[in-house]
Amino acid sequence: MAEIHGALAHQFDDPEQQVEASTLGMWTFLATEILFFGGLFVAYIVYRLSYPQAFAAASHHLDILLGTVNTGILIGSSLTMVLAVYSAQMGRSRSQILFLAATLALGLAFLGIKGVEYQHKFHEHLVPGAGFQFSDADPRHAAIFFSLYFGMTGMHAFHMVIGAGLLIWMALRAWRGEFSASYYTPVEMVGLYWHFVDVVWIFLFPLLYLIGRH
Amino acid sequence: MFEDLPLFPLQASTFAGQVDALYFFLVAMATFFVVLIFGTVIYFTAKYRRRSETERPPPIHIDMRLEILWSIIPLILAMISFGWGASLFVHMSQAPEDALELRAVGRQWMWKLQHPSGAREINQMHIPVGKPIKVILASEDVVHSFYVPAFRIKMDVVPGRYTATWFEANREGEFHLFCTEYCGTQHSGMIGRVVAMKPVDYQRWLTSQAGEEPIAVSGERLFQQLRCESCHQTTSTAQGPALTGLFGRQVKLESGESVLADEAYIRDSILNPHNKIVAGYRPIMPTYQGQISEDALHQIIVYLRTLGRAPEKNPS
Amino acid sequence: MSVIAETTVAARARPPRRHYLNVNYGVRSWLLTVDHKRIALLYLVSVTLFFFLGGAAAVMFRLELLTPQSDLFEAETYNKLFTLHGLVMIFFFLIPAIPAVLGNFLVPLMIGARDLAFPKLNLLSWYVFIIGGIFTLIAAIMGGVDTGWTFYTPYSSTYSNSYVALTVTGAFITGFSSILTGLNFIVTIHKMRAPGMTWLRLPLFIWSHYATSLIMVLGTPVLAISLVLVALERLFQFGIFDPRYGGDPVLFQHLFWFYSHPAVYIMILPAMGVVSEIVPCFSRKRIFGYTFIAFSSLAIAILGFFVWGHHLFVSSQSVYAGLVFSFLSMLVAIPSAIKVFNWTATLYKGSIVYRTPLFYALGFIGLFTIGGLTGIFVATLPIDVHVHDTYFIVAHFHYIMVGGTIMGYLGGLHFWWPKITGKLYPEGWARFSALVIFVGFNLTFFPQFILGYLGMPRRYAAYPDEFQVLNVMSSAGASILGIGYLIPLIYFFWSMRYGPYAGANPWDARGLEWTTASPPPTDNFDYKPRVSQSAYAYEEEQKVG
Repeated sequence: MAEIHGALAHQFDDPEQQVEASTLGMWTFLATEILFFGGLFVAYIVYRLSYPQAFAAASHHLDILLGTVNTGILIGSSLTMVLAVYSAQMGRSRSQILFLAATLALGLAFLGIKGVEYQHKFHEHLVPGAGFQFSDADPRHAAIFFSLYFGMTGMHAFHMVIGAGLLIWMALRAWRGEFSASYYTPVEMVGLYWHFVDVVWIFLFPLLYLIGRH
Repeated sequence: MFEDLPLFPLQASTFAGQVDALYFFLVAMATFFVVLIFGTVIYFTAKYRRRSETERPPPIHIDMRLEILWSIIPLILAMISFGWGASLFVHMSQAPEDALELRAVGRQWMWKLQHPSGAREINQMHIPVGKPIKVILASEDVVHSFYVPAFRIKMDVVPGRYTATWFEANREGEFHLFCTEYCGTQHSGMIGRVVAMKPVDYQRWLTSQAGEEPIAVSGERLFQQLRCESCHQTTSTAQGPALTGLFGRQVKLESGESVLADEAYIRDSILNPHNKIVAGYRPIMPTYQGQISEDALHQIIVYLRTLGRAPEKNPS
Repeated sequence: MSVIAETTVAARARPPRRHYLNVNYGVRSWLLTVDHKRIALLYLVSVTLFFFLGGAAAVMFRLELLTPQSDLFEAETYNKLFTLHGLVMIFFFLIPAIPAVLGNFLVPLMIGARDLAFPKLNLLSWYVFIIGGIFTLIAAIMGGVDTGWTFYTPYSSTYSNSYVALTVTGAFITGFSSILTGLNFIVTIHKMRAPGMTWLRLPLFIWSHYATSLIMVLGTPVLAISLVLVALERLFQFGIFDPRYGGDPVLFQHLFWFYSHPAVYIMILPAMGVVSEIVPCFSRKRIFGYTFIAFSSLAIAILGFFVWGHHLFVSSQSVYAGLVFSFLSMLVAIPSAIKVFNWTATLYKGSIVYRTPLFYALGFIGLFTIGGLTGIFVATLPIDVHVHDTYFIVAHFHYIMVGGTIMGYLGGLHFWWPKITGKLYPEGWARFSALVIFVGFNLTFFPQFILGYLGMPRRYAAYPDEFQVLNVMSSAGASILGIGYLIPLIYFFWSMRYGPYAGANPWDARGLEWTTASPPPTDNFDYKPRVSQSAYAYEEEQKVG
């Protein structure tokens, strides 16, 4: 039997049970995240149906170029994440670390671009609250769009920051030689989490950036 | 019952007896099951007391007929309750066309009532007995709830929209009016009384409330003050759609859909004019949000209702 | 080999030398434990403290309600008291109590595992619970919240002058404790059952906790996001629920109740699981209709997600929506009825002994029946129009949460106390306090049904004179109930020091937890459990190994 580096926790009977438990645990956690984001999506749908023009007008103020670039970056990071997990599966420690680092870099690039977008919105007086100004439609309804924009992308970015932390942790553990072809479950679990965060963005992008654009 | 210890509320509206009948059915059903369960449990617990330390009763195997029986019977009873309740609820939700319309505005922590004649009251509502009465509800701040236990009616009062309830009082007297959605510090002080009187006494009371102009007249005055007519004319070159005969009509919008021009539509059109643009017109109406009070909105709506249905558009 | 014989003869003499309580000592060994049994005790201490805090708030406002005028407290203080009572009792007692105390202790034992799937997450869930509790307590000490535990907007998001953002943050944090516990239970029950422990051999306590965990995991996140939105609106004027900004106050109600209705099933399902364990034991007979009870638990959990709109019948929801939610709410009552009939049938031709856990279980059956039947009342639309937001609703939910959940919790505590501590509590005092609680409870809450139908609204500091007599009855009952709850606190402490040793299986119950020592060793079993009997095989000897 391949060496496990003492990774079998005391409550489990065998490594298979441990892997299955971890996997079910991560999927269950992702289910909770779906419901969590789901509440925001429900609020978005309700208000978009109520104020379609204001939402469309507000959406046009988002930077579609930056948003599209970000979408590409995130999809790319999911690819590098898959390659990291594959490397782990193959027992290739170096390429595993490299792909984890690439995923991290792409994730940070995403966050950086998001930061730039937020800064633009601040300068354009599009942050809801006292300084909010909007002239293309009912400003109150446009403010609801921007509240949801910041709420949803902010919540998403927060999850990405956590993901970045997880990637650093996985890279460290890989560097310390804790993973092998017979034990790489944590990397796989982080991979699942990262893909989920990517999928949330795949829904956010068209809903927020692409209203009424042809 | 006893003066100091009432155990059942007065029945003062046509709904009350109907709601109570359903209630008594449920009480009877519940009492039956409570007695059945309590009784059976006590009986079994006494009868099957352990007689000796070594007795080991054989298991009783699953009895599908019994399981189905005690699943189906509660289901049937629940469906009866649902059906009876649903039909009464639908009836309670549809105010008659000819109902006398009162308006109640809730705000922290008082009720403002207004009659069509213009008469206003605070924390009191005089009404005639024997006539259906519809109360249009609005809030100036938070969510309240308009509750008259003796009539068995209740409806939340939600800021940003109109809600309504209706009833027909069938007994003279004074009855509690409670706010029953927690609304802040003096929530328990937001109470009033409903005074139900004979129709002739109500009329007398109305005329004694001198000095108030009817709501529709206030509405017309506001309509002119706010210069609505400058756009909303009956000519074909008017910048805004004609308003005569609007109320109660289906309106075709730019988006293609068709909506009913009711109180909520008119309110929305004044506060959020760009939400629903009428087909063939441009979105140039300014919003009156923040410039017009709930009272004023209601007055304009009542005035517009009086414009009735025009037979055809004025062609010039 | 007969474990019962061994228990009654030899082991009754003395407790095991090494068990989970004495394996090491010191504050660190408790605060850094990953043993599910110790974590269960950490929760026991915390929820008990919160229970008495929430109870103290209730005593105070029931004192105020002795007189029609608002003369004991200012209205604002009264409003903060009932809000504190609701928040503390729901989020910091009723939701965690049975799952985090009894569930944490028993789930691994009942399925033959050494611990839960994620022991460190388990400890984390306790810390998250405590941190959330501290936030809420700080908010309460700084002045509290006066919005009611339901936080309706726009009062909570715009108008209230109290510590809303801080309090919702506390509730938000504690929600994660619930999610982690539920996640742990789901994975443990799926993946760590002992050989031979098939799904249909699981104790019904496990089925209930599985169903509860589904709700915890899927419902709590929606509450979390609703609270986040209220906090954002309050802090940054986002305007999502404020109509002055085009927001919809009723949207909050939908989002809030989407969690908070399933939450009530989080509160009752575990108690039903406890009852399903106690009744067969003290009737010495298999439970009647095992499969029906098991699937009823799942049915309640699933259906419970589709009925939230019954809290919005008079909130300006459409008539059509009202009809749909009323219909579905009727359906969710049926599985509960099935359970009550099956428990009662278990007593038939049983061999019944009268012990405190059974009294609590039978009390549960009676009081839950009343509470559940009044659920049919309020699911019936015109009745709810009349009684919504009155004391009728207050009575309805207290019959279920206090007459149901708390009696189930106390019954479970008494039933498994010997397993948890190795000691027996004094049966005479236990029966006496069960009686006091039963009488006190009914005197407190039955008059409230009458008050509600009369029209007395909830959350009123002052009320019309004619409601006074019934209010005085209710307050008198509350003082009796309070005393009833204090008595077990005293004798449970006493039993830990002076109680006689209980033995591995003082009740001659069936179930894997009774095959190991009392208190159990840290790894739960000295042998590898293997299951070859169905659950509740009371007609046979317990088979071990």
